[in-house]
Amino acid sequence: MNAMIPLFVIVPLAAAFFMAILGRFIKNFSKILLNLELLFLSYLALHFILNTQGILAYRVGGFENAGDIPIAIYLVLDGLSRLILLVISLIGLLAAFYSTSYTRQFTQERKYYILFSLMIAGMNGLVISGDIFNIFVFLEIAAIASYALVAFGIEKQQLEASFKYQVLGGMASLIILLGIGFLYWQTGTLNIADFSRLPVSGPFVKLLAIFFLVGFGLKAAIFPFHSWLPDAHSSAPSPISAMLSGVLIKAIGIYAIFRIFFSMFALSYEIAMVITVLGTLSMIVGGLMAIGQWDIKRMLAFSSISQMGYVIVGIGIGMILLATGGSKVIAGFSIFGGLFHLVNHSVFKGLLFLNAGAVEYATGTRDMRQLGGLAEKMPLTASTSLTASLAISGVPPFNGFFSKLIIIVAAVSAHFYWLAFIAVVVSIITISYFMKMQKYVFFNTPQTDYKNFRAIPLPMNLSMIILALLCLLLSLLVLPQIRDIFITPAVDALINSLQYTAVVIG
Amino acid sequence: MIPFILCFILFLIGIYGIITQKNLIKIIIGLAIMEYSVNLFLILIGYINGGTAPIITHYTSANASFVDPLPQALILTAIVIGLATTALLLALAIRLYRKYGTFDIRKINSLKG
Repeated sequence: MNAMIPLFVIVPLAAAFFMAILGRFIKNFSKILLNLELLFLSYLALHFILNTQGILAYRVGGFENAGDIPIAIYLVLDGLSRLILLVISLIGLLAAFYSTSYTRQFTQERKYYILFSLMIAGMNGLVISGDIFNIFVFLEIAAIASYALVAFGIEKQQLEASFKYQVLGGMASLIILLGIGFLYWQTGTLNIADFSRLPVSGPFVKLLAIFFLVGFGLKAAIFPFHSWLPDAHSSAPSPISAMLSGVLIKAIGIYAIFRIFFSMFALSYEIAMVITVLGTLSMIVGGLMAIGQWDIKRMLAFSSISQMGYVIVGIGIGMILLATGGSKVIAGFSIFGGLFHLVNHSVFKGLLFLNAGAVEYATGTRDMRQLGGLAEKMPLTASTSLTASLAISGVPPFNGFFSKLIIIVAAVSAHFYWLAFIAVVVSIITISYFMKMQKYVFFNTPQTDYKNFRAIPLPMNLSMIILALLCLLLSLLVLPQIRDIFITPAVDALINSLQYTAVVIG
Repeated sequence: MIPFILCFILFLIGIYGIITQKNLIKIIIGLAIMEYSVNLFLILIGYINGGTAPIITHYTSANASFVDPLPQALILTAIVIGLATTALLLALAIRLYRKYGTFDIRKINSLKG
């Protein structure tokens, strides 16, 4: 079983290699291979979730530990990584399937699929790697692929957004690398589990925490570091926007932050407080900025900042409670809310970006002021978009309602009344700007007669329908039986972070 | 200690370049300077005065001191990554020049808000 863990990296890397060589000669080879690859990865991730438990560790090259010092590169699969791997593969599969029609407009389709596959390889690698330097390497693989994908249309805006993204992303990577340098200098280890049992404390740990928080915070677009996100996510091709907003910022930002601060450093109240405050600020700033936007995708990008704030707040409250020795039950509940919202957000934000892509594909614009009345012309896009908008605003039968409710209830039971109040207010702001989008895009009287209207091809429609159904079905995750299979192992992995060290070293 | 301080000054020069310069190419150079300073820092971590390369041969004396090879391996990886980033940035700068006819970031502003 453990020997199958490297497949998460090998399969997408090998697929990218074959696409580069064989895709040149065989028509549609890259498209089919990418879809098959992601189907296989989804199956593998689901297989690991259903059939394995606890923490699995794989040593690359098979080097045994020397005494209790780990020598080999570790690939570690715990509950949290399993959940994130499933999200990456599933959203990736639907975005890739959507791409098969969407990318006909590009002249170099093959390169798009190669970069897509490399991005998947980078994210999967980051999620399963057990040492900090490999996290950096895989982060860069995913990030460089995403820089190139943002600029894929090579129009003015895309080039500019990609340049901005790349300069900030490059600085973030260097700050992370500097942090890794400090870490190795002071402790002589790069392994997460090995570091976590060292008795380190004092200003050195604080300095490291600052480096990693700034570096990964830039990648995750948490509040003071968010300026690149609206440009990059709104300029990319739509399936890529769905991947960036739905998966990439979670895998290389949020996941990395929580892996480092839960499994690597001892939980500290100050760090937990800083993370929660930054999450709250992202929630507010993203929401307020989203109201004034007229570009659909730009509005969705700001909304991503705001929704990621919820995820961070949910897990942050859990972190504060664990650090101060508060109730473990409430902490677990709060972390569950955060992770649940993470999964939900990747589904509905992915869907909303695919909807925006469909609107742009059909009409050639994404400016809300030039659209209107599309509910009659594109009933399927309109209804799936309405589903996603209701889900993200937290309207009862949909998944977003349950995750937001859990986060708010957890905040109240942990006595963070102000936080709960802010979360409710931001939720109302979210409804307001999604209703604005629905009104201007789908329900108003049409501003033009849509001369160049194109019908939406079947693969694009099918992806959107599946995601809309997922918006409804994921509400079932609140039921204890289903929750215990998918999310509870991830929550346990964060709460019992000492187990991580025990399994890897022991 | 002095090499570390110089290395940190180099890092700050890089950040200064990225923040203050208005020319795309100069921003890229700023990023490259930052990258060199971080690479230099990692090399300095593993360095020992009078240490040799960590290769054991017949001529190696029993009490020879070696420099730490791990940071060197890390740096090789980091340099390759840096190469990819810089190449991509320069390719973007060329494309941007073709679209706008300038390297000045004040004139490249189709994105707002």
